[in-house]
Amino acid sequence: MGLRKEEGKIQKKSEEFLQIFRKGEEFTQELLKENERLRFKLVELEEELKERGKNRVKFLEERSRILEKEKKEIQERYRQVEAENKDFAAKYLDVEEENNNLANLYVASYQLHSTLDFNEVLRTVIEIVSNLIGAERFAIMIVDETTEELKVIASEGLNKEDIPKVKSGEGIIGEVVITGESYFEELVPGRTSKDLSKPVVCIPLKIKEKVIGVIAIYSLLIQKKGFINVDYELFNLLVGHTATAIFSSKLYTQSEGKLTTIQTFIDLLNEKPL
Amino acid sequence: MSDINFLIVEDSPTMRQLITFALKRIQKAKVVEATDGVDALKKMVGQNFDMLFVDINMPVMDGLKFVSLVRADPAKKDVPIIMITTEGAEEDRKRALSLGASAYLTKPILIQELLQIVSQHLKQ
Repeated sequence: MGLRKEEGKIQKKSEEFLQIFRKGEEFTQELLKENERLRFKLVELEEELKERGKNRVKFLEERSRILEKEKKEIQERYRQVEAENKDFAAKYLDVEEENNNLANLYVASYQLHSTLDFNEVLRTVIEIVSNLIGAERFAIMIVDETTEELKVIASEGLNKEDIPKVKSGEGIIGEVVITGESYFEELVPGRTSKDLSKPVVCIPLKIKEKVIGVIAIYSLLIQKKGFINVDYELFNLLVGHTATAIFSSKLYTQSEGKLTTIQTFIDLLNEKPL
Repeated sequence: MSDINFLIVEDSPTMRQLITFALKRIQKAKVVEATDGVDALKKMVGQNFDMLFVDINMPVMDGLKFVSLVRADPAKKDVPIIMITTEGAEEDRKRALSLGASAYLTKPILIQELLQIVSQHLKQ
């Protein structure tokens, strides 16, 4: 009886063991399946990642190409803007220079025509030649129509008497009177003409095409190393405007004198006899 | 920004007009002109100037005398004085500077050079 009972217990135990083994087998089977599934998933993910990586690289390459293109365009634009800037700066300097030249010309012209007094006109011409152009020794000469000789009416830095008498057509000065063309000796800094019949610069004073006189320059100020654009512009202004300013002031002075004489004469006629 | 007051002491009307013309290109510039040193001293009474332009060769009172008088006034010892003259020699330059001039411009003056000197001394 006891033995049978014992056998029954063993039988029950073995069934329990078998049950556990079966469950273990089932569990192992499940694990293997899960493992298989995960490996498949891993491969899938690896594939996906590879694909994504490829796409990302492609995208980044494309982006880099676009950025590179943009960089080149910006660099090109920058170069253009830089060139434009340089161009503007150069233009600005030109405009500034032109502005300054015009200021000189305006002042010279304004001063020349601001008076009808003959001596003031001469003083203004001297100031322009000396202060604006930078001449040290020079003379203003007028052609005497009867003798065709040039008469010195004003000078700076030299005595009128030291300047030799010149006739139209004679030497550099006389030639300028005949041709009406300005004469410029090739300027050497510090060059001084000691021979007063040979100026370093001689410009005609013209009313239309008629030359009524000249300005003869014998030396420039020590600091003046040569002529610049504005000097030539001033010379041109002097050629055209000095003659009219001198001529009109002379006429005005003469007419003023005549008017006074006539007025005195009329006053005398009007006076009641004593 | 307040006005910038300039005084030009120069006997030549041409030079006075040219310098005035140049200075008026500066914003807020106000220019007073004097024909010689005495005239300038009169115009300086009760008026402060930010910069003076002074010709050396002038009648009545020359530029050097005028500069020494201005510098003798402690209130005006720092006012920039720019000398303008036809002399280009180094000794004239030194003489003017030793009397208290701040800078030196020789005739014929270039407007851009003048404006450069103005901006230099106004900054200081």
